[in-house]
Amino acid sequence: MTALDSVLEKCRAENRAALIAYIPAGFPSRQGCLKVIQTLVDAGVDAIEIGFPYSDPVMDGPVIQEAADISLKGGTGATEVFEALKVASDTGTASVVMTYWNPIERYGVEKFAASIAENGGAGVITPDLTIEESETWLAATKANSINPIYVVAPSTKDPRLVRVTSKTGGFVYAASSMGVTGTRESVSIDAKDLVSRIRKVSDLPVCVGLGVSTRDQAKSLAAYADGVIVGSAFIKLLLNAKDEQAGLEAVSQLAKELAIGVREGR
Amino acid sequence: MESFDVLGHFGQYGGRFVPEALIEALDELEAVHNQTQKDPVFLAELAELHRTYTGRPSIITEAKRFSEHAGGARIFLKREDLNHTGSHKINNVLGQALLTKRMGKKRIIAETGAGQHGVAAATAAALMGLKCVVYMGEEDTRRQSLNVARMKLLGAEVVAVTSGSKTLKDAINEAMRDWVTNVHDTHYMLGTVAGPHPFPTMVRDFHKIIGEESREQMLEITGRLPDAVLACVGGGSNAIGIFNAFIPDANVRLIGLEAGGDGVETGHHAATITGGTPGVLHGTRSYVLQDKNGQTVESHSISAGLDYPGVGPEHAYLHDVGRAEYRAINDDAAMNAFALLSKTEGIIPAIETAHALAGALIIGNELGPKANLLINLSGRGDKDVQTAAQYFGIPL
Repeated sequence: MTALDSVLEKCRAENRAALIAYIPAGFPSRQGCLKVIQTLVDAGVDAIEIGFPYSDPVMDGPVIQEAADISLKGGTGATEVFEALKVASDTGTASVVMTYWNPIERYGVEKFAASIAENGGAGVITPDLTIEESETWLAATKANSINPIYVVAPSTKDPRLVRVTSKTGGFVYAASSMGVTGTRESVSIDAKDLVSRIRKVSDLPVCVGLGVSTRDQAKSLAAYADGVIVGSAFIKLLLNAKDEQAGLEAVSQLAKELAIGVREGR
Repeated sequence: MESFDVLGHFGQYGGRFVPEALIEALDELEAVHNQTQKDPVFLAELAELHRTYTGRPSIITEAKRFSEHAGGARIFLKREDLNHTGSHKINNVLGQALLTKRMGKKRIIAETGAGQHGVAAATAAALMGLKCVVYMGEEDTRRQSLNVARMKLLGAEVVAVTSGSKTLKDAINEAMRDWVTNVHDTHYMLGTVAGPHPFPTMVRDFHKIIGEESREQMLEITGRLPDAVLACVGGGSNAIGIFNAFIPDANVRLIGLEAGGDGVETGHHAATITGGTPGVLHGTRSYVLQDKNGQTVESHSISAGLDYPGVGPEHAYLHDVGRAEYRAINDDAAMNAFALLSKTEGIIPAIETAHALAGALIIGNELGPKANLLINLSGRGDKDVQTAAQYFGIPL
């Protein structure tokens, strides 16, 4: 059982959804990222996703693209990703890495899974790895006792949901709508339908991401999801802040509001 | 030699590395493509379009004066430059446009570098009454403003992409983001033999007519198969198109010419197989120009159409098993061949194609006067007049 499994189980026992926050390694800077992590933890998030910035992020909207550009220009690579992961997991908060597949393949599939475990990571979210290409990855995550977390979409048909969720560990990442990351005015009704279709084929916790930015949205998702994932909303605050301190304060405030939201949904 | 499996692999290459949101659309596309490849009505419709619209079969021209600079080897040019829209790209877009209609989709999106595929896609969309959006790097819209105007005249919307390096690679990223969002009514008309399965096989199937025609034509003209078949390789669509029919002919050498830019040793190039390493980019595993963290490295070439840090997975496979060879041609050598063909044959080739012609000068000298070389003259050079004038110092 990973730290992620434990925290999701705890949230279930408390009859509430978990709050999961995403922050790319090396953003807004190498040290700044570590401060953001501590801020999120202090504000009450239940789990943290460390993003591995990538040059060709086809699943991401303009906000995360910009963060990735800044991070890559600052020289972020695997070293900085694992450093941030260790800082996050050392706080006692369940922590995972989210990355496109090529950086894993380049680093070495077995070695990557081993480094995740060594740095206290609970799992890895791989948004562009299909289950058909996952054989070595699943063996590596199993050998290192970490969760392979897959993303499913509203367009994923039921027979495929069965196949994908059967390979998934930790939680099923349900994309709330068709599209890329970024804050949206409202969370699509597709999310509710998708979560209920996943429930029919899997007992795993289901966490919803893509487009969530407010306490109200977190509240409405928490009514039926096991976790709410927020990324772009935090990054936008950091991009727009006049300085680092102001950015951290804004992040703290939003995280606290979202933490209330995930507790008032049911 | 057929190494293709149901998951779209060529040996260790190919496959699908995409968000789950696209799987449904890729499955549908694969099913429709497989079905139509066996459907005589569909094949007849496409053949008729090629006869009455594209201008197929394209002819073969023997380049006798150019041959004098290639060690006396006989050089035959497969004239894809004479197709409607001026390059081989039309073969693929007409096929995909027919598939789009079969799937009941009303909107196509496409990426373009130099603008050749964008123009071809806009053309097919106009012909078939489809809405068309073309993504093009902001940098390329400036370098190729004439093609931007052509696409607009054809009724397409051109979106200048400002993210990343603002070139072809980023145009593909942006097209994929559009597709993930609008996949229910939109078909992504990918322009080369890369991307997730089924694109590498499907695009090859629409271009293989180049090799099939030229194999017959060469037998008719020379009474035998050529000693070598040459083509330029960016993503690799024209090369796969002409190679495919010759793959079973073990004595025919298949040679792909990549863009060497300032020289592979300088790091400023787009020679993905020659200078890259295996990795995943834009949904497929192949050779990639990448750094130690798996980040894509920007490519460089005087030819916008070859300026891409990836390559089709079948080329990676043909390279690894030794069936095809790949060499890099630097900018200067390509421009030299560009000028030479223009002055010796009265044919201004695309700068992309000039890489294959530069290869012919080298291979011809290696093989000597008894050799017959078949070159895919994949596109005409009208679009490159500005770049060439600048290169040769001709005032505009």
